[in-house]
Amino acid sequence: MKKRKIGMALSLVLAAGTLLGACGKSDTNKPADTSKGGDKEKAFSVAMVTDVGGVDDKSFNQSAWEGLKDFGKDNGLKKGKGGFDYAQSTSDADYSTNLNTLARQGFDLVYGIGFLMHAAVDEISQQQAKSKFAIVDDEVKQPNVASIMFKEQEAAFLAGVAAALQTKTNHIGFIGGMKIPVIERFESGFLAGVKAAKPEAKVDVQYSGAFDKAELGGTIASKMYSTGADVIFHAAGATGNGLFKEAGDLKKKDPSREIWAIGVDRDQNDMGPDVVLTSAMKRVDVAVKDLSTKAKDGKFPGGQTTTYGLQEDGVGLAPINSKASNKDAIDKAVKEWVEKIKSGAIKVPGTLEELKTFSAK
Amino acid sequence: MSKRLRSILTPIIAVLLGIIVGTIIMLVSGYNPVDAYTALWNGAFGDVYYTGEVIRQVTPYILAGLAVAFAFRVGLFNIGVEGQFIVGWLAAVWVGVAFDLPKVIHLPLAIIAAMVAGGLWAFIPGLLKARFRVHEVIVTIMMNYTALHTVNYIIRTKLNQGSAKTGMIHESASLRSPWLQELTTHSTMHWGIMIAIACCFIMWFLLEKTTRGFELRAVGFNQDAAHYAGMSVNKNIILSMVISGAFAGIAGAMEGLGTFGYMAVQGGFTGVGFNGIAVALLGGNTALGVFFSALLFGSLKIGALSMPLEAGVPKELVDIIIALIVFFVASSYIIRVVLDRFSKKGVK
Repeated sequence: MKKRKIGMALSLVLAAGTLLGACGKSDTNKPADTSKGGDKEKAFSVAMVTDVGGVDDKSFNQSAWEGLKDFGKDNGLKKGKGGFDYAQSTSDADYSTNLNTLARQGFDLVYGIGFLMHAAVDEISQQQAKSKFAIVDDEVKQPNVASIMFKEQEAAFLAGVAAALQTKTNHIGFIGGMKIPVIERFESGFLAGVKAAKPEAKVDVQYSGAFDKAELGGTIASKMYSTGADVIFHAAGATGNGLFKEAGDLKKKDPSREIWAIGVDRDQNDMGPDVVLTSAMKRVDVAVKDLSTKAKDGKFPGGQTTTYGLQEDGVGLAPINSKASNKDAIDKAVKEWVEKIKSGAIKVPGTLEELKTFSAK
Repeated sequence: MSKRLRSILTPIIAVLLGIIVGTIIMLVSGYNPVDAYTALWNGAFGDVYYTGEVIRQVTPYILAGLAVAFAFRVGLFNIGVEGQFIVGWLAAVWVGVAFDLPKVIHLPLAIIAAMVAGGLWAFIPGLLKARFRVHEVIVTIMMNYTALHTVNYIIRTKLNQGSAKTGMIHESASLRSPWLQELTTHSTMHWGIMIAIACCFIMWFLLEKTTRGFELRAVGFNQDAAHYAGMSVNKNIILSMVISGAFAGIAGAMEGLGTFGYMAVQGGFTGVGFNGIAVALLGGNTALGVFFSALLFGSLKIGALSMPLEAGVPKELVDIIIALIVFFVASSYIIRVVLDRFSKKGVK
């Protein structure tokens, strides 16, 4: 008797589940069918694996995804299998599974976004020797892997110039993500930029140790602003979102106060139109789109490293905020430095070691 | 209804409720739950490759679950599994990189190093609890952060091989096997699952079949009674934390020697230790229960990776379902009351 009751309860629960499931199916069946009919002819398909920041990190991963979407739009692809898509990683252990899954799904080119994926891309590319892979921010020496690198220091240098010319307190902040070579390039470029434009300005450098901790970014920013910094540059992925929030809050409290933040990777003006001075853009989107197009045309640079700098429009500075008091001076200075960098007159340091011997003269 | 049946039914009902509420959430947000669950299933068992990945994911979950469950049986809440996991990982990789020994010595040595590291990391909160009655939850949480940042520092300054990670461990310390990888068409599955299963057995044997285990459980049931019966409560508290930490350390060794073969600077917690809490909770803190619940969490985790691609459902939904399952397990009291109602009516 007892058992029968339990059995009934269980089967009721199961039945409810199936019923609910069934009504869901009839709802969405039709649109799903039409979308599947579209991709019958085999188009060149691309996909990417995000690192732990996720595809909506407002910076690095998002930029790559925007590049893929753009490539998809230009080539009439649809999101999903046979078109373009992404797989999100929540821990380091997900990288190889995600890369492998996408290669198995038949995507022609699979991107690993971020240096963290180095080992995974190296390994999977050997197992899936017929698929093409690409990695951003690191070099993998395999014949079917294309490596994409950036001269982040050049964009950061320009951001440093802008920060130096805008600061009133001669106190500037830098928030880094993890202490890794990529972020070191940002840091040394930025420090060099400040040094070149205003040697007496002081830069407070702090690392948050993470790319996905906005609250930590907020805490560091709050401390920097309260000790006198008025311009802060971040190279910390989603951690930097805390900086914009903090800057926006301070500005709201006291609109007359000079509070500026500098974004990274993509033009982050949308994160705070009143406080974002400019952004050191690393056009992952441009690079991803460029490489996808090359691969589609059969010119996949396997085994090679492509470096995108100011010269290739792979990095750059976003437009200076029109509310900035020194906008004209900054614009002028930035233009001059861009010329100098492009012509090779100065070489922006890419490591802290090189920074020691750097001189803008 | 027998107690045994009820203790098996409660988690099963919790899982079903979690799935049902998950279905409702999917319906409300306009996703197709049948597609989603099919993708989830295929993503975990649809291909031998994915099954390999599931087993790889399950391995550390079992061990982390055992670590939490072991401490729990002695009445301690070890939130520090994550930290012990991280130091175990580093210790195993360090031994794997630094020495060059024959496999029969090297591999066990690396695993023992991870055990010792995890055990030592858990010894501190155990000692503080036994000596000064400092609550282990607070100490272990703080020691998670200490572990994370200390290990990151060591990797960055002492073991760095470029790109902020250690070098690869020697083949002689590796748990990987070309045969297993061949079998599962290049998954990252490794021999660690055997160690995890062995550990399940060790935990069961230790707790249920030995005098020491009886003492440990007695302390968990009632410290005063155990003390009155002449058992050393303090000694047992420290011992249980050390064993718990050793399990967590082995879990770290699985990642270091099997899944990755190296250790990279961690941007944040891996989540394995925290998932271990959920695994232990769902598994009712028994060895067999932990095994099955780790299997469930592992397949949910791996299956979820396929959901966005196959069904267009965000994988965060799986996190919601896991959270719901944990919620229903935690509120198992309600389920128990309902079950009792049913059985009482049956008697009438």
